[in-house]
Amino acid sequence: MTTLPVATPARKPASGAQQKLLAFASLIALLMFFSVASPNFLQTSNILAILQATSVNGVLAIAATLVIITGGIDLSVGTLMTFCAVMAGVILTNAGMPLPLGVVGAIAAGAICGTISGTLVAKMKIPPFIATLGMMLILKGLSLVISGTKPIYFNDTPGFSQISTGSLIGKIFPTVPVPNGVLILFIVALVIGYVLNRTVLGRYCFALGSNEEAVRLSGVNTDAWKIAIYALAGSICGIAGLIIASRLNSAQPALGLGYELDAIAAVVIGGTSLAGGRGSILGTMIGALIMAVLLNGLRVMSVAQEWQTVVTGAIIIAAVYADMLRRRRAAA
Amino acid sequence: MTQLVRMSGIDKHFPGVHALKSAQFDLVPGEVHALMGENGAGKSTLMKVLSGIYQPDGGTVEVSGESATINGPRAAQALGIGIIHQELALMNDLTVAQNIFIGREPRRSFGRLDEHRLNTDADAIFAQMKVQIDPRAEVRSLSVARQQMVEIAKALSFRSRILIMDEPTAALNEAETNELFAIIRRLKSEGVGVVYISHKMDEIRRISDRVTIMRDGAYVGTVHAADTPIETIISMMVGRDLQSVHVDIPDLTSAPVALEVRGLGRGRAIRDVSFNLKQGEILGFAGLMGAGRTEVARAIFGADPRDSGEIIVHGKSAMIRSPKDAVDAGIGYLSEDRKHFGLALGLDVRANIGMTSLARFSNAVGMLNEAGLEKTAKDYIAKLAIRTPSDRQEVRLLSGGNQQKIVIAKWLLRNCDILIFDEPTRGIDVGAKAEIYRLMQALAADGKAIIVISSELPEVLRLSHRIAVMCEGRLTGILPGGPATSQEEIMRLATVRQSAVEEATA
Repeated sequence: MTTLPVATPARKPASGAQQKLLAFASLIALLMFFSVASPNFLQTSNILAILQATSVNGVLAIAATLVIITGGIDLSVGTLMTFCAVMAGVILTNAGMPLPLGVVGAIAAGAICGTISGTLVAKMKIPPFIATLGMMLILKGLSLVISGTKPIYFNDTPGFSQISTGSLIGKIFPTVPVPNGVLILFIVALVIGYVLNRTVLGRYCFALGSNEEAVRLSGVNTDAWKIAIYALAGSICGIAGLIIASRLNSAQPALGLGYELDAIAAVVIGGTSLAGGRGSILGTMIGALIMAVLLNGLRVMSVAQEWQTVVTGAIIIAAVYADMLRRRRAAA
Repeated sequence: MTQLVRMSGIDKHFPGVHALKSAQFDLVPGEVHALMGENGAGKSTLMKVLSGIYQPDGGTVEVSGESATINGPRAAQALGIGIIHQELALMNDLTVAQNIFIGREPRRSFGRLDEHRLNTDADAIFAQMKVQIDPRAEVRSLSVARQQMVEIAKALSFRSRILIMDEPTAALNEAETNELFAIIRRLKSEGVGVVYISHKMDEIRRISDRVTIMRDGAYVGTVHAADTPIETIISMMVGRDLQSVHVDIPDLTSAPVALEVRGLGRGRAIRDVSFNLKQGEILGFAGLMGAGRTEVARAIFGADPRDSGEIIVHGKSAMIRSPKDAVDAGIGYLSEDRKHFGLALGLDVRANIGMTSLARFSNAVGMLNEAGLEKTAKDYIAKLAIRTPSDRQEVRLLSGGNQQKIVIAKWLLRNCDILIFDEPTRGIDVGAKAEIYRLMQALAADGKAIIVISSELPEVLRLSHRIAVMCEGRLTGILPGGPATSQEEIMRLATVRQSAVEEATA
């Protein structure tokens, strides 16, 4: 009676994997549907357009994923992106500094703002929804104030537009001119995916979202880690700011509001639980792609833009409902 | 022999509560030292001080003969103190190994995790425990007993010499308990000192060497488990000072039965519970934490599903599937957690009293009859002596006793004549308690049928006309109220385990 039988491994496959599978299947189904419905859909130029359209939302969604896995929410990712773009404009255009400084400055601005959000949440115990809602408005206002409500153009920094629209891959493989913005998205996804699954910071993301009190009682400085996670999310928003500013060759201070909801939608469609504790970058990427494919496909099929929005909303509800159903089955 | 732990004169205050009054405790290597006492005696609080979760207001703690300041979980770990909490503190979404080494993950450069070493280290601990659990399994997928093993493995991974277990067998069955005891004995033989908090008398006899008894936050005494009769331990736990209270027990022989419960059952939580309750009667439910009293109440109220059993209200079988059905049948449940389940704290007294009866105060299109609500609310404020500046006062600003009265008013207004009070005076100060007691007695005299669930024996003894005692989901006996029944008798019924019951009925 001293040896226990081997623990039965999880009866069902890890539930996050199931949702990812479902999301992936939906993506494939959408691709097949649109390629049958419209011959133009599968053309290289259109596929590249879809990826290009995913790049900003995808990067923001990766930032949001980190925070959501901890059981929090970040509503400020959209206006933080804009704020970082404006900071790049200030550094490059208004101050005339060299390009690398602008890049570092934008990302640093994101990290600082993320640190502030994280401190509000971790130290001052302000609920993440409220803290980041406040930050969202503050950053929107600051972007307008700093830029004087006018766009800042990057005409004096010729290399800047290459950040997003140039194509390193195209130089090597001229047939697939994948824009750098898309390349950056994939690099960010790979790096953050690694961080999430293979590093201490990632482990604490899941642990905090799973049972914060237990983590604290295990002697972990939960506040410091939470701030670090928000800061990392903020710096990723800085990267998104660079991508969008580069694509528009300008920092548009009025832009940004609403992006946070698209990002959260992509996260949710990708199977990350808003309750925290589970989620993945792969899922988020699939989620962002589903949204971009849907919008693009409907446009190619000449569905009115108003209806595209309606369909996106319905997809979000369907995705979460499918997740709930699966969860209820798993619990039974 | 050097002592592993020596705590003396430990004092701890919480707002409104003196939780530890000069408490003391000591532990030597290779012993299992049980810590006993009634609910709220301060056992868990004392151990939370030892494990760095609470800071004492006074007193000294020595670990291995040296004075120690344990200012956090990390400091406790460094001193070799591990605690297994009553509610398992695991991260369900993480794997077994990830849980064990949370905060101390084997790392490589740049904060990268060494997942392979994580799993092999966990394997090594399980091998030492002679338990087979897959370190890669998600904790969510394990049974409670196995999650407990993970907690123990986690504590051992700190090379703990002091292991605190707070009611470790609460959710375990007989076989699982035996496994746990085998592990505890092995640890003991390796010189680990184990603090064992439990309510279960027979377990204490089986596993522990010494027993320290606490009451009301204070140290009562330490005895050897082997040569101390259970009766002695029980009387040390309950004390003698709060004994006989005069209870007026009305003659209810001719009173009609208001509620009859037959064969109520749900899994392991409620096992074949049957009793009846007459109009005008106060039936107390005594038992230790986790005995299944609240579960019975919630099942009767339709808040939880039940596997079996019939509920008969006023002679008619009632189909209760939801709280709404129960309320329609005239059953009101006053949750132990008023603030969560009983009141809308941000709303005023008037709105709370009318909450469940709004249909009576609204017209066909749903317009509320505020004048009627106001009059009714003021009636109840006067009748129940609710102390509030007005019926528009927000409920959160009132004291616990007055909040409880508002919940009572709410159910009375809804015409509930069977009222189930779950811990009716939790968080209510002494003066207000007496008032709530008087109110409950007046309600009974008025013909209401009342069930009162309480973990405080003096409260049960003071109120009940009859006392039902539960242990591990079973109703182990119904005792007469009043001076005929002693706390010792109740405690004995509250601690009989399944085997004892079967022997008695065989």
